[in-house]
Amino acid sequence: MDFTKLFFLPIVASAHGHEIDMMIYLVHLLMFILLFGWAVYFIYVLFRFRRNKNPQANYHGTTSHFSSYIEAAVAIVEVILLVGFSIPFWAKQVNALPTRPDKIEVRVVAEQFAWNIHYPGADGKFGRTNIEFFDKQSNPLGLDSSDPNGKDDIVNINQLHLPIGRPVIIHLSSKDVMHSFSLPIMRVKQDVIPGMSIPTWFIPTKTGQWQIGCAQLCGLGHYRMIGFITVHSQEGYQKWLDEQAPALGGSEEGGADDFWN
Amino acid sequence: MDMPYIVHPREDTGLFNAKLGIWLFLASEVMLFGALFSSYILMRIGAFQWPQGSDVLNVPLGALNTVILISSSVSMVLSWVSLKEKNLGKFRLCLAVTILLALGFMVVKAFEYSAKFSHHIFPETSTYFAIYFTLTGLHAFHVMGGVVVNTYFLFPGTKMWQTDPERFTNRIEVAGVYWHFVDLVWIFLFPILYLL
Amino acid sequence: MSQQGHAHHDPHELPFWKKYVFSTDHKVIGIQYGFTGLFFLFFGFCLVMLMRWQLAYPEQPVPVIGKFFNDSSMPGGVMLPEFYNSLGAMHGTIMVFLGIVPVAFGAFVNFVLPLQVGAPDMAFPRLNMASYWLLVVGGIVMLVSFFVPGGAANSGWTSYAPLAVVATTGQTYWLIGMAFLIQSSLLGAINVIATTFQLRAKGLTFMRLPFFVWSQLVTAFLLVLAFPPLLAAAVLQLMDRIAHTSFFMPSGLLVSGQPLEISGGGSVLLWQHLFWFLAHPEVYVLILPAMGIVAEVIANNIRKPLWGYKAMVYSVVFIGFMSFIVWAHHMYLTGMGTAISAFFQATTMIISIPSVIILTALFISLWGGSIRFNTQMLFALAFLPMFGIGGLTGLPLGLSSPDIYLHDTYYVIGHFHYVVAPGTIFALFAGVYHWFPKATGRKMNEFLGQLHFWPSLVFMNGIFFPMMIQGLAGVQRRLYDGGAQYAHAKDYLDLNVMMSWSAWLLAIAQIPFIINFIGSLFAGKKVDSDNPWEATTLEWQTPTPPGHGNFLTQPIVYRGPYEYSVPGASKDFTSQNEPPAGASQPAGTSQGVH
Ligand code: HEA
Ligand code: HEA
Ligand code: CUA
Ligand SMILES: [Cu+2]
Repeated sequence: MDFTKLFFLPIVASAHGHEIDMMIYLVHLLMFILLFGWAVYFIYVLFRFRRNKNPQANYHGTTSHFSSYIEAAVAIVEVILLVGFSIPFWAKQVNALPTRPDKIEVRVVAEQFAWNIHYPGADGKFGRTNIEFFDKQSNPLGLDSSDPNGKDDIVNINQLHLPIGRPVIIHLSSKDVMHSFSLPIMRVKQDVIPGMSIPTWFIPTKTGQWQIGCAQLCGLGHYRMIGFITVHSQEGYQKWLDEQAPALGGSEEGGADDFWN
Repeated sequence: MDMPYIVHPREDTGLFNAKLGIWLFLASEVMLFGALFSSYILMRIGAFQWPQGSDVLNVPLGALNTVILISSSVSMVLSWVSLKEKNLGKFRLCLAVTILLALGFMVVKAFEYSAKFSHHIFPETSTYFAIYFTLTGLHAFHVMGGVVVNTYFLFPGTKMWQTDPERFTNRIEVAGVYWHFVDLVWIFLFPILYLL
Repeated sequence: MSQQGHAHHDPHELPFWKKYVFSTDHKVIGIQYGFTGLFFLFFGFCLVMLMRWQLAYPEQPVPVIGKFFNDSSMPGGVMLPEFYNSLGAMHGTIMVFLGIVPVAFGAFVNFVLPLQVGAPDMAFPRLNMASYWLLVVGGIVMLVSFFVPGGAANSGWTSYAPLAVVATTGQTYWLIGMAFLIQSSLLGAINVIATTFQLRAKGLTFMRLPFFVWSQLVTAFLLVLAFPPLLAAAVLQLMDRIAHTSFFMPSGLLVSGQPLEISGGGSVLLWQHLFWFLAHPEVYVLILPAMGIVAEVIANNIRKPLWGYKAMVYSVVFIGFMSFIVWAHHMYLTGMGTAISAFFQATTMIISIPSVIILTALFISLWGGSIRFNTQMLFALAFLPMFGIGGLTGLPLGLSSPDIYLHDTYYVIGHFHYVVAPGTIFALFAGVYHWFPKATGRKMNEFLGQLHFWPSLVFMNGIFFPMMIQGLAGVQRRLYDGGAQYAHAKDYLDLNVMMSWSAWLLAIAQIPFIINFIGSLFAGKKVDSDNPWEATTLEWQTPTPPGHGNFLTQPIVYRGPYEYSVPGASKDFTSQNEPPAGASQPAGTSQGVH
């Protein structure tokens, strides 16, 4: 089913996105039914029992207990949404990480007001970082050049490139204040909390280029803390990767975005 | 209409107004210190290393202060009892002792603080000292509050004894409830900061 | 109790400043709260009207008003992002703590509650006065903060660390201001609880209390128990800002490329837990008094008892309890495991049920009534569907999985504004129209009232409904440009213009209210009885306006709060203190039939 149009949602480009849309749809269905039934009753009652029509109020009102059934029904639907959808989804999508061998891991380090993207390179291992080595221009992540794992790491700013169809795990951390990594198209959002590294994951299912937004107030540039996510075909991704120079390789690199104030 | 239940308790609640008021106030204080104690626990769990309180603080001084505060609670109760016995002189004495003990507590505290400062230990030194200074500072603030109130009752406030002795006795009872609470907070603070 | 002559002697001996400025009379204090709160509501509205210009026409100079601002906020009339953030943070803070709480709780509780329980005043009149003046000090601190270097607090009303810790001086003022506001609410709340427990009239058992009293009583408990942790949090954040401690600051932070010189080791999430532990109960503080007011107005204008009074009372108490264990539903995306998120989702779903029960009871009460559509009833009736929409939109947010998508979007903004703006603010208007005659002896004008109601209803929806659409389209909140750069939501950005115009027109729709309010003080139609709405509760049994000490004789209560249209009675309302037919005059006890 495609509810996106009906609910003003943007297109879905991830494997789990439809499940979130489904929940949004179901809970709104409950809301609409309640609101509609209740609006009809409301208007009828206001009309029927207006003073001109009904000058003498009835002390007892109604003795029907119909409303109790509605309340019970609301409670039951809520339990179904909770136990049937929301909790299982959380368990499998938010609280568990994919183990497929073709998974990709990326680090994203947020700062005011940009996203630093860190790929582990061919060895699949992230180099150590430490603020001692930090340099605004040449080493924005503070990669430790003495760590062999870091030799082939790729670092750029605001440009997240991914292949289609493979699970991506993104490890989120922050240099300064709280941010929130938001990919509306992927139905992914995760707060980025200083002092913690929090993973989030998804499987892209469409190729194209979209935006990464920041969903947590992080200062005066919060509104323009926008990055880009590009989903390639498998070959396109490999090609892109091959073109990237390692961060510690010396050559000038990085997205030419207007980051830093 | 006049305000009822200022002096005598209301039957169904069993309390006079100010007594209920002070209990509610203390409920809020429990939440205040409760939040800070929870913060203490979180800081401690999250810390890479947490000093043993007895290594960095002066336990004998802390113990002395504990004794001082407990005695002041006793003299506070006695001052209320003296009013019940209609003995104003004894009341004055007991309340003065309470105030002096409280001031003594503050003096000891001041020694402890200045010893820390002279060793360049400040709240910013570590999360342990941050919570130490915050908790003890806030507690000291409460002690000073008690001193102010009690001093008021010792001097100008005593006038009410002539006009409305029962109401005055109630006021001292309420001030006493507050004072015991301040004492109780310290009894929690002392072990978690100095001993554990 | 005392006699009439005695009850009336003192106010005339008091000088003006003691009678109207530093008054200890609950009615005067209530009115002071009312004016202060309405002023701040209006001020908070002005802040947001400025913001709405920037949202509708990003980075275009604000016409006319722009000239009055200096270069640190609006150079050339164009709003700076940091100023936008200040406006947002202060709009939230002022509306919640200085607008709604002082009016919904401060003003109405002070003026009405002692009258409804048959008390001569609040239990602690001087504390009551202190509580009001603490509010004033807190308000002044907040206002002054606009003029300090860097402007007012700009880290959101939630003041999340570390942003708030490294923010400009305004944040320090915010924290100090909050400390005053917290103390003020605390003293007020203690007073309310003590008054309700200690000063209830004879015969006024708990199950005979008007629903308004119940809702305010629960509100007061929330304030007493939930505010202190925020005070603790504010103290810790002050320490972080002033004494450079690291309660909320983890190690290894690099702000603007500079390592911070702090010890580190703190926890960012600690602030959020402390803040939301207060702030969730706080949102019920914003709504419960409104429900109380609406219940009073509806009961009075349907001319029959409320249906399910007992269920409503149990529900409101239950909401009070539950509101302490749902706070983390604001924090689903902070890296929460399944078990904890399941717990908070479950409590959030559970707490929605008593709200449904209260609303349903009010709805069913309408059945069989003889509905009188005066202005206060219109506002009270409009409250129901508006709160309904606001509450229902809380459900998708309360389920953590849809919240992944909806968190911090305009959907959240839409959700809570439906509850507080066309919800609570409408209830406040209903209360003002309803109790105005008791406070002043004059009625407000019906025509102006209708002129106030209908446009307000239209424009409120014009502002807040499109927010749901934008939120679903993925527009985040707190965006200086209103999402202008968001490609995925570009189809829905034009709505910003419509929302802004609705906001400005909403302001114009308040003009009849202001005229009506001030005009009726002096020229309103005089009421010809102490009980112009023919109501049953005790506040209508006092002289109008009530004198010092309120009641001429101590009232005795014989029945429940809403005995309208009792079969066989001579008129369609029976006051709570009217002796039962055939009973001997107010002697002895009166624990009669329920
Ligand atoms: C008065 C204020 C108020 C009230 C009453 C509520 C009520 C509720 N709120 Fe809301 N909320 C806020 C004010 C309020 N909220 C604010 C200010 C924020 C944002 C803070 C910020 O981040 O800045 C917020 C944010 C917020 C979030 C966090 C969203 C996010 O940041 O991602 C969540 C999530 O669970 C939530 C849930 C709920 C729920 C489940 C209720 C429930 O209690 C609602 C229950 C009500 C109903 C379910 C409707 C009633 C019933 C009917 C319609 C009757 C039906 C009729 C028949 C059956 C006949 N709220
Ligand atoms: C109680 C709370 C409350 C209330 C009532 C309101 C009322 C309104 N709010 Fe606000 N709002 C918040 C609490 C509230 N808000 C909070 C907490 C935030 C989040 C802040 C943050 O991000 O940190 C927010 C954020 C917020 C935003 C989002 C900003 C952003 O994310 O960037 C917007 C945008 O349009 C907005 C708009 C409005 C509007 C148009 C009203 C209107 O409904 C206002 C209507 C007002 C009136 C109708 C006033 C009537 C008064 C009078 C007429 C007085 C008369 C005087 C006398 C007679 C003496 N609010
Ligand atoms: Cu980063 Cu908002
Ligand atoms: Cu909440």
